[in-house]
Amino acid sequence: MDSFTQLIDGFGTALTPLHLLLAAVGVLLGTFIGVLPGIGPAMAVALLLPVTYGLDPTAALIMFAGIYYGGMFGGSTTSILLNTPGETAAVMTAIEGNQMAKRGRGAQALAAAAMGHFVGAMIGTIGLVLLAPVIAGLAVDIGAPDYFAIMVLAFIAVTSVLGSSRVRGFASLLIGLTIGLIGLDEMTGQARLTFGSLELADGIDIVIVAVGLFAVGESLWIASRLRHNTDEPIPVGRPWLSRDDLKRTWKPWLRGPLIGFPFGAIPAGGAEIPTFLSYVTEKRLSKHKEEWGSGAIEGVAGPESTASASASGTLVTMLTLGLPTTATAAVMLAAFQQYGLQPGPQLFERESTLVWGLIASLFIGTLLLLVLNLPLAPVWAKLLKIPRPYLYAGILFFASVGAYAVSGQVMDLILLFVIGVLGFAMRRYGLPILPAIIGVILGPAAELQMRRALQLSDGSFAGLVNTAFSVTVYAIVLVILLWPVVRRFTKKPEHERQPVG
Amino acid sequence: MTATLEKADDQKPSSSWKDRSELGICALLAVLGVLVLVDAIRIPTDFAQRGPVGPKAVPILVGGLLLLTAALLVRDVLRGGRGEAEGGEDIDLTAPSDWRTVLLLSASFLANAALIGVVGFPISGAILFWGAAYALGSRNFVRDPLIAAALSIVTFVLFNNLLGVPLPGGPLMEVL
Repeated sequence: MDSFTQLIDGFGTALTPLHLLLAAVGVLLGTFIGVLPGIGPAMAVALLLPVTYGLDPTAALIMFAGIYYGGMFGGSTTSILLNTPGETAAVMTAIEGNQMAKRGRGAQALAAAAMGHFVGAMIGTIGLVLLAPVIAGLAVDIGAPDYFAIMVLAFIAVTSVLGSSRVRGFASLLIGLTIGLIGLDEMTGQARLTFGSLELADGIDIVIVAVGLFAVGESLWIASRLRHNTDEPIPVGRPWLSRDDLKRTWKPWLRGPLIGFPFGAIPAGGAEIPTFLSYVTEKRLSKHKEEWGSGAIEGVAGPESTASASASGTLVTMLTLGLPTTATAAVMLAAFQQYGLQPGPQLFERESTLVWGLIASLFIGTLLLLVLNLPLAPVWAKLLKIPRPYLYAGILFFASVGAYAVSGQVMDLILLFVIGVLGFAMRRYGLPILPAIIGVILGPAAELQMRRALQLSDGSFAGLVNTAFSVTVYAIVLVILLWPVVRRFTKKPEHERQPVG
Repeated sequence: MTATLEKADDQKPSSSWKDRSELGICALLAVLGVLVLVDAIRIPTDFAQRGPVGPKAVPILVGGLLLLTAALLVRDVLRGGRGEAEGGEDIDLTAPSDWRTVLLLSASFLANAALIGVVGFPISGAILFWGAAYALGSRNFVRDPLIAAALSIVTFVLFNNLLGVPLPGGPLMEVL
């Protein structure tokens, strides 16, 4: 019951008029930016970081919670009305959702998505309340070798489980780790990769890296291949659901979190796999199988609820272990670090007011999202018509504002550009962005934990595997690494690779 | 190491440089690797070291892995593997790269960096927005600059005066 009283206290923190206003502004801003075509939730969150710089940490994170859920929700509107998912979590929603919109049921698709989001986030956040203190309690006792093992797992998982090419995933991770090395070594104060520059001695601010890779890189990449005949978004009225629709959607809404939350909470998470599983499950259980492929409402309700519950699950690992498993969570972690807060098991003890205020505002943000966005949906739909030159010029404009606001240095704008060009090249040649950002964020922490572990064991590598926990984690890492080798023996070889020339 | 194949590969002669431009990424990784290794070797370790693992170990590991990955990627590219270019709502993957747009866009971006300290954010930001919109094909010579000016002044006031995030005002804001 301890976490229950703390949650009540959290509501006390979140329900002050100022904090409530900030949560509402966060939800609106997050949805506004998230709806804009071409802007996924990670970029939305990264672009809106500077808005919170002037606030105190609690107020800033409460606003951020609103931005986070708002940005996630905004993406579903884009995928339904434009058939263009801004991120992997919305791919499944787009399949049936866009078909519904084309057949004049866009309002129902949006309503099913909005309610799915609400149900998924509510159940997911309840899961967070129940699970996070338990994990934080367990994790307080784990030591440096265990932390290092978890981080190795995170590195291997983002490079091997997601994405189509492992070698490109590793290349991206290594680029991230290299950026993370820049600056003074935390333990000895030795300068690394600074080339005598004072600005680089502090390392490159994580916000610059995130905004550069996501916003600037994306804008440059899109500019090089801009589609000039953009699809017209489908106009839509106020979302509503008939009694018959409700009958078909309530079960998918409730099943979504069962699939989404656990997947979000494991360090190899992401919303890609659970939304796919939800789509397949709902299709199998549906009584209206003939509608699938031409706009089945279950195909919107299930995956949306799954995606938002998985976003809550991601917060469990992010808050209790300091491990981000999605790009959006990585940017959230950057926001914490911006305020000198280090997510991890100690966060729940040291910053309990802040954490529970944040969790309470997740509930409030979810409710606000539903209350504000159902009536506003037609307005959001109009945003999809924004001329593309203004959209991408605006992204570059706000990216510059954000980078400059970090420390008021022109050097940061130049770094932003260089990292943007890197992001452009990575998109062009199929290097995934997520491993790089995880590498930048977790690299320095992983090095610190590894050196601590080796310090305790006097340099013996046994110090890295001297706990049952770390051995288990390395076993999982090994399974992930060896999986393709195992598959090669069980599958026909010509499916694996087709050499050309 | 699953290779992703692009459809166009079968039609073009695979020996052309354009087709293998991905080798540039391998070169980038290799250069980064050498840079990290050279930088790591020159770190003095005789003093200030705490514990058995000094500040050199991880850079040497990362540098070595960068070289290894560069080699593996070369092998993948030469065997016909191609990175899958990222798709998106406004991206036309069949179109050739439009370098003029990218260069104009970069120029407007860097103009902001060069000018922000001299003329202040309200002016340099407007130049950035207008320049970027122009680069991306907007040619409305009345509406574009008006939107650019309004956006950058509103943003300046919003951040500098309301949100408490200081931005340089420049001479324009001193006059007002």
